[in-house]
Amino acid sequence: MSDPLLQTENLAKRFGGIVATDDVTLAIAPGELHAIIGPNGAGKTTLIAQLSGQLTPDAGRIRFAGHDISALPVHRRSHLGLARSFQITSLFLDLSVLDNVALAVQARAGHSFHFWRNARRERDLREPARAALARVGLEARANLPASALSHGEHRQLELAMALAGNPRMLLLDEPMAGLGPEESARMVAMLRELKKELTILLVEHDMEAVFALADRITVLVYGRVIASGVPADIRANAQVRDAYLGEAEHG
Amino acid sequence: MSGPLTLRNIVAAALLVALALLPVYSQFSHNVFLLTLFTRIVILAMAAVSLNLILGFGGMMSFGHAVYLGIGGYAVGILAFEGVRSGFVQWPAALLASALFALVIGALSLRTRGVYFIMITLAFAQMAYYVIAGLARYGGDDGLTIQQRSQFVAPLNLTDKTQFYYVCLALLFASLYLVWRLVNSRFGLVVQGARSNDTRMRAIGFPTYRYKLVCFVIAGTLCGLAGALLANHTDFVSPAMMYWTRSGDLIIMVVLGGMGSVIGPVFGAVALLVLEEVLSGITEYWQIILGPLLLLVVLFARGGIDGLLGKVRS
Repeated sequence: MSDPLLQTENLAKRFGGIVATDDVTLAIAPGELHAIIGPNGAGKTTLIAQLSGQLTPDAGRIRFAGHDISALPVHRRSHLGLARSFQITSLFLDLSVLDNVALAVQARAGHSFHFWRNARRERDLREPARAALARVGLEARANLPASALSHGEHRQLELAMALAGNPRMLLLDEPMAGLGPEESARMVAMLRELKKELTILLVEHDMEAVFALADRITVLVYGRVIASGVPADIRANAQVRDAYLGEAEHG
Repeated sequence: MSGPLTLRNIVAAALLVALALLPVYSQFSHNVFLLTLFTRIVILAMAAVSLNLILGFGGMMSFGHAVYLGIGGYAVGILAFEGVRSGFVQWPAALLASALFALVIGALSLRTRGVYFIMITLAFAQMAYYVIAGLARYGGDDGLTIQQRSQFVAPLNLTDKTQFYYVCLALLFASLYLVWRLVNSRFGLVVQGARSNDTRMRAIGFPTYRYKLVCFVIAGTLCGLAGALLANHTDFVSPAMMYWTRSGDLIIMVVLGGMGSVIGPVFGAVALLVLEEVLSGITEYWQIILGPLLLLVVLFARGGIDGLLGKVRS
């Protein structure tokens, strides 16, 4: 295995008495699609928030592409090529679909104290934005206001915004949440395409999608890693079945 | 300000042309009052255009925008009173003073949100109002008469009503152009992104506070220039220029005309002030008619006049 692209060492985060992340050590190789699963409240979103920089860990380190990023703010991490999407769709609903993605491009293009030139005609912003929309299959919707899109399309747009800065790695927080079966299938197909070019960390409840996509899976329970390995091992792991999978399959 | 022959663009163009030709009409009809009325409308339209930059595009609900009218006006008035009559000194002083004011007010109030932002901008404006009203040397509550309008070089003479009107109109057009450039620039998109979803903007790496503060200062400065014009127009400044009801008038102009449309506040200013003029000719209680009209706009025409005109086409 080559050097990991993203690595955490003994990461820990607590909120008052609740341990949200408990001594988590992960290594994700370049090109890998690594899924994080676990029951509700296992600390998956908290983990993603620490990786992307919205939350600061209480202890432990995070390394990305050879840099120690444990203390870097969000925008510096995204400059290094680490992009995240949000679990709860959080878009600019009154701006156009293309504007949404162009803003994500602009965020990585240095400061925005440019007062005069028409930003909607700047190819440096619009071309990468259109390319990102094309990758998620939304190019035909580019000029609609974001509020006009369906929920499934919002998830695609969310993904396009994460892709806009040409990241090396995506942190995806439940991209299938709230999608119908058809939309989910489309999202799985899209992620399968993306994993050819990108390293992806995927937090997801949809087990079918996870086992279809993941190269490796880590199982979190109460903030702690109880198992990590290839899908077949995870499926066979008795502890995982007890803690999580069995319960999910019955329910 | 984009697109071809929509009703809205035709009306906007017609309005701007009518404003440009108004002095000709007033000359032929010997109606000086019309020119005076529209000079006032043009100046207040400029103030409304500046408010729209933060309110309509930036989502910053400032309830103290008239304070910059007062600051700009008093910069001219105080300098004139102290014997400095050159417009080349007075006007930059008005711009600078209002910019500094906006910087201080913005730096503090932009740390708050929602109702608190409204209240704190209002509080600052009222504070300035009482400070100015307390300046006994400059007339206090009674205000200050300006003996002579700002002096510029030879052919330009602001005492000439027509010339002064065209100066105001040129500056209104310049403000519209400036705002139009700004809102379509990278800077403008960041400000609109922050209006739409500030949290997300910060999450994708924009320090939105800085951008909003710069926007706030630009709007305040522009309004300060309108204040300098207003002082010259009335040859008089008083604390009433910056009273909170005046800030309210500016908000009404923006909402009535159409928030977040570059030209909207001009529609709003013309409509409000012409209505006020016409209605007050009919009855002393003209506000009884104006009030319900405004209610109807707020309830049924969210995009204001600009939105209504845009809808007719489709």
